[in-house]
Amino acid sequence: MADTITLTINDKQVTAQAGQTLLQVCRDNGIDIPTLCYLENLFPSGACRMCVVEVEGARGLVPSCAFPAAEGQVVHTHSPRARRARKTIVELLLANHPQECLTCVRSGKCELQTLAQDLGVREERYEGLRREYPVDASSVSLIRDPEKCILCGRCVRVCEEVQGVSAIDFTKRGFQTVIMPAFDTSLGNTACVNCGQCILVCPTGALREQSNLKEVWDAINDPEKIVVAQVAPAIRATIGEEFGMPAGTRVTGKLTAALRRAGFDLVFDTDVAADLTIMEEGSELVSRLTKNHGQIPMITSCSPGWVKYLEHFYPELVDHLSTAKSPHMMMGTLLKTYYAEKHNIDPSRIVVVSIMPCTAKKFEAERPEMSDSGYQDVDYVLTTRETARLIKLAGLKFEQLPDEAFDPAFGIASGAAVIFGATGGVMEAALRTAYFLLTAPAGEQSDDVVSAKMLSHVDFSAVRGLDGVKEAEVDLHGIKLKVAVAHGLMNARVLLEQIKNGTSPYHFIEVMGCPGGCIGGGGSPMPTNTEIRKQRMKAIYSEDEALAIRTSHDNPIIKQLYQEFLGEPLGEKSHELLHTTYTKRGL
Amino acid sequence: MSTTMSYQVTTSTLMDPCCARCTHTAETPCAQYVACRLDGPRCHDDAECTARLTAARQAALHIQQTPILYLGAGTCGLASGMDQLIPVIRDLLAQHGMDVTIKEVGCFGLCHREPMLDVKKPGRPRVCFDNVDMKKAITIVERYLINDDVPTELVMGTIPAPDADPACAEMALPNLYDLPVLAKQRRIVLQNCGIIDPDSLSEYIARGGYSALAKALGAGDNGQLVLDEVLKSGLRGRGGGGFPTGRKWQLTRQQTNTPKYLVCNADEGDPGAFMDRSVLEGDPHRVIEGMLLGALAIGADHGYIYCRAEYPLAIKRLLHSIEELEKVGLLGDNILGSGFNFHLKLKQGAGAFVCGEETALLASIEGKRGMPRVRPPYPAQSGLWGQPTCINNVETFANVAAIVDKGGDWFASVGTQRSKGTKVFALTGKIKNGGLVEVPMGMTLREVVFDIGDGIINDRPFKAVQIGGPSGGCLHTPLLETPVDYDSLIAVGAMMGSGGLVVMDDETCMVDLARFFMEFIRNESCGKCIPCREGTTRMLEILERIVRPYKDEDADGTIQRFKSVIMLEELAQVIRDTSLCGLGQTAPNPVLSTLRYFRDEYEAHVFERRCPAGACRSLLTFSIDGEKCKGCTLCARNCPANCITGSVKQPHVINVEQCLRCGVCKDTCRFNAVIAQ
Repeated sequence: MADTITLTINDKQVTAQAGQTLLQVCRDNGIDIPTLCYLENLFPSGACRMCVVEVEGARGLVPSCAFPAAEGQVVHTHSPRARRARKTIVELLLANHPQECLTCVRSGKCELQTLAQDLGVREERYEGLRREYPVDASSVSLIRDPEKCILCGRCVRVCEEVQGVSAIDFTKRGFQTVIMPAFDTSLGNTACVNCGQCILVCPTGALREQSNLKEVWDAINDPEKIVVAQVAPAIRATIGEEFGMPAGTRVTGKLTAALRRAGFDLVFDTDVAADLTIMEEGSELVSRLTKNHGQIPMITSCSPGWVKYLEHFYPELVDHLSTAKSPHMMMGTLLKTYYAEKHNIDPSRIVVVSIMPCTAKKFEAERPEMSDSGYQDVDYVLTTRETARLIKLAGLKFEQLPDEAFDPAFGIASGAAVIFGATGGVMEAALRTAYFLLTAPAGEQSDDVVSAKMLSHVDFSAVRGLDGVKEAEVDLHGIKLKVAVAHGLMNARVLLEQIKNGTSPYHFIEVMGCPGGCIGGGGSPMPTNTEIRKQRMKAIYSEDEALAIRTSHDNPIIKQLYQEFLGEPLGEKSHELLHTTYTKRGL
Repeated sequence: MSTTMSYQVTTSTLMDPCCARCTHTAETPCAQYVACRLDGPRCHDDAECTARLTAARQAALHIQQTPILYLGAGTCGLASGMDQLIPVIRDLLAQHGMDVTIKEVGCFGLCHREPMLDVKKPGRPRVCFDNVDMKKAITIVERYLINDDVPTELVMGTIPAPDADPACAEMALPNLYDLPVLAKQRRIVLQNCGIIDPDSLSEYIARGGYSALAKALGAGDNGQLVLDEVLKSGLRGRGGGGFPTGRKWQLTRQQTNTPKYLVCNADEGDPGAFMDRSVLEGDPHRVIEGMLLGALAIGADHGYIYCRAEYPLAIKRLLHSIEELEKVGLLGDNILGSGFNFHLKLKQGAGAFVCGEETALLASIEGKRGMPRVRPPYPAQSGLWGQPTCINNVETFANVAAIVDKGGDWFASVGTQRSKGTKVFALTGKIKNGGLVEVPMGMTLREVVFDIGDGIINDRPFKAVQIGGPSGGCLHTPLLETPVDYDSLIAVGAMMGSGGLVVMDDETCMVDLARFFMEFIRNESCGKCIPCREGTTRMLEILERIVRPYKDEDADGTIQRFKSVIMLEELAQVIRDTSLCGLGQTAPNPVLSTLRYFRDEYEAHVFERRCPAGACRSLLTFSIDGEKCKGCTLCARNCPANCITGSVKQPHVINVEQCLRCGVCKDTCRFNAVIAQ
């Protein structure tokens, strides 16, 4: 085949495809070349020079991440010269890096630490000046620690190229170069959407979440408080990784057991609120479609990073957002109203802790409008990583824990709610219910949904998968609904530009701020990459299939909730407690 | 001559139409426009029009009935005092009611002689005066302009003029071009610099300007002629790398993706380098014509000049030139009716050194942070906004018009086997004739430094010449016979660079020099790649430790000093091997070349803790030679640390413990009694 080339790597002949980089060829052939700035799916930046190799005839060493493999090349990946260069580069980084490994949050998972070990760095050979910059803790969600930053630029590229936010960039020059927001502002005062994708790609501890562990422990230790944990769908498919389990291991039962043993008084499933979100959002869609109440296309609003993005970059389009709160916010509100009333508890004693794969939820929880219960609806948000730390600190052997069920009040959820965790999930869940809402004649009992005809419309698989923008046309009993799903904000931008130009053909759009949806959220275990995202998604969809109830409107808790407390979807009470407003932030 | 003349010869410029029969405008271009300026009118035969154009041409060639006063108003002239002289001279001429044309010209290259002032009287050669101050200016105006008495003692030389009467007194004065500083030069790029009014398109065209463009467009071969001649000429990039210009153009021409862009790199940033600035200030049209020819050759219809904002005068001149060219249709659409379009924009750089690197420069034009990116893809394939882009340096473009005009073979006859043509250098440092020089490739460094530069200031011993800026190297006396060409310089560990040539005498410390360049690079690194950002900092620290005084060093410091010196070369090698762009890859060169040729000086600093050149004050010990000291007390009275003691007429003593090593005692002693070593 003309596209196949032959080259010699480390005295061995290998074949490769024309157009592959040397790094790809090496990795395909079992040769491990370390990288720091390399990011899958993005144009190589060539900044870190860790991946340099010797190519005969080339001047100097070449970065294998960017260097095209060519016919007849003779490559030495681990020659003394290449090894010396890599080791020196790590030594240079260490000379300008705080030696705080023992106390650093990334210790054990730090790429710089691993490289130093792998390359046999055993002493600090270079000593001298260190860059001094203050920690930026202005953001509710993230902490920037420029002194730990090795300026690989991965965060900058993710923020710009994947998310289209560009909240941070390189500033200053030479040795003083630092990555930070423009014009010396702090992150909390920028258009940063708190998605946390920068944390996921950061090789060191320079970017991390604002931890709320201390506050949560304090609440647990306070006998006056009733501390409630609610767990997002994505957590059950990801947190196992923090305890050494393979990606895609479902650990719902162990997680519930762990939280209970760690001291939470109640452990609820946010999925129940996801079912509620579907009821509200699905009804809202139907209302917008059939009664002209509100803008079409309607866009989902459960991803807080996405919501903030829209508020900053497309403030003129906020009316397209569903007014439904995100599931954990609904749950928080209900816990401090419905649940407190029902169980005769003073709501001020209830501390709601959301266990989320998300850093943006920390910001969402602190939005001033998120206090419809009369209190801050959700008190604290812990990321998946923080939750794993909490479990470890509680001395629990996670993998040996029994499987336990959620507390019953909010313990049963549908498969539709579970798939909220993956891109396309909210759309699919909403379609399942919208199908019911639109087709079922008034007064018809929901038992009918178990009809064969209905079931065939439970799996809307066209909206699944990792393509950046997915679209589908769904026939909902005569109404042709055009829908689109985007994950990662750069992909969302495509759909928004269409709305702006008036060329959007869609009725309903789901957007998840993070690539892959919540299973790729900024609070997820590290590493998070395409392969791992796929595994996690698989786990989500298998849980959906395993559940008896697949559609939100069939969830008995939801039915009871509307009966006892809320009345009907989009009713007065719902409107007051479960819906919210948005701010036109601009830039 | 008719009295009903509709065009006033005295007020029209060469660029204006001769009469209503001339239909050339930017919108209705005439292919003959440029040629017509030189020997027109072409489309009709009319004695009046011929007379009119001839008169305009003569004026553009500085042949006129009233005197012309030339003021050296390049940045060097202005900085040397011309800025203050200009209003004085204007006032003086006004007081005397003199009808004198004043032309502010660019740098002639003799920067060490600025401010320069020339006078050209009708029928005489142009008489040049140097180091003009207020007094001299008055003398020149009063004695020469008013009383026609040449102040011979003030004259530097004369520049021949076509209308000069061989019998006039000025003809007996020496020809400026015969001065040793100019005799060995070969001026192609600098041909017009300091001679013409850089703001006048007429003056450039009257000297053959834009004829090469007219010729290339007239060939009707989409720039094939230009490409062929440039390939034949062997011209190599003058920005430092020395990549063959013709090949670069060919590569971009072969790209099928349009639009294509042509970029002129005028982000000159090497310390001590000002070649590009002087050319842009003195002869901007030469560069723009080169760009037009380049754009034709590669098929670009848009171009950018990326000029650093620290060059306000160059920017002013460029903007003026672009405006003038657009007005007469030499820039824009359908140039000279050929169908060739070229739009030129100026982009000001914010002064980052790294923006001279082509990919960083392109990023900067795009409005991004000026940081280099990995290559491939090369700009020829994917440059500005992802389109095929060709980037050349100012001086490269400045050579092209002459190549197209006179042929590639003519150009190739100048220079050496692999380095053709001339090179402009900025001679600076401890050299007598500091300034801009243009020499044929292959001239030895000795000729440049001693014949053209006239050797070292105060006739001190020559020590080294630093060539190629922060990326270049330091060459010592045994290498003075090195020919100045791309390959010979690389072979001895230096490089042509953009043309900075810093001359050093025996009082320059090579460790200190390496430290200076390292500090420059450390500050100018873009911060993207690790070896350059972190490595240069560590190299600088190592060099700083070497020159740090004893008393500031503890035991650990001493160990560190020895340890780090061992790592200096290793670190240099890694930075060179692994850096992303040329800035980093060449950053260790000043250290490596000084280590190569002046290793003993490093050793003296490290092991003996002394600076042989006496330049690293912090390592010096000051003492007083009791034999020579007359006890005048001058040193003691001037010592800021009050650490010199002694009675009147008795030898004095310096308390070394308290001494600040400021050197005031040595400078003030009239008996050379203070010893620093």
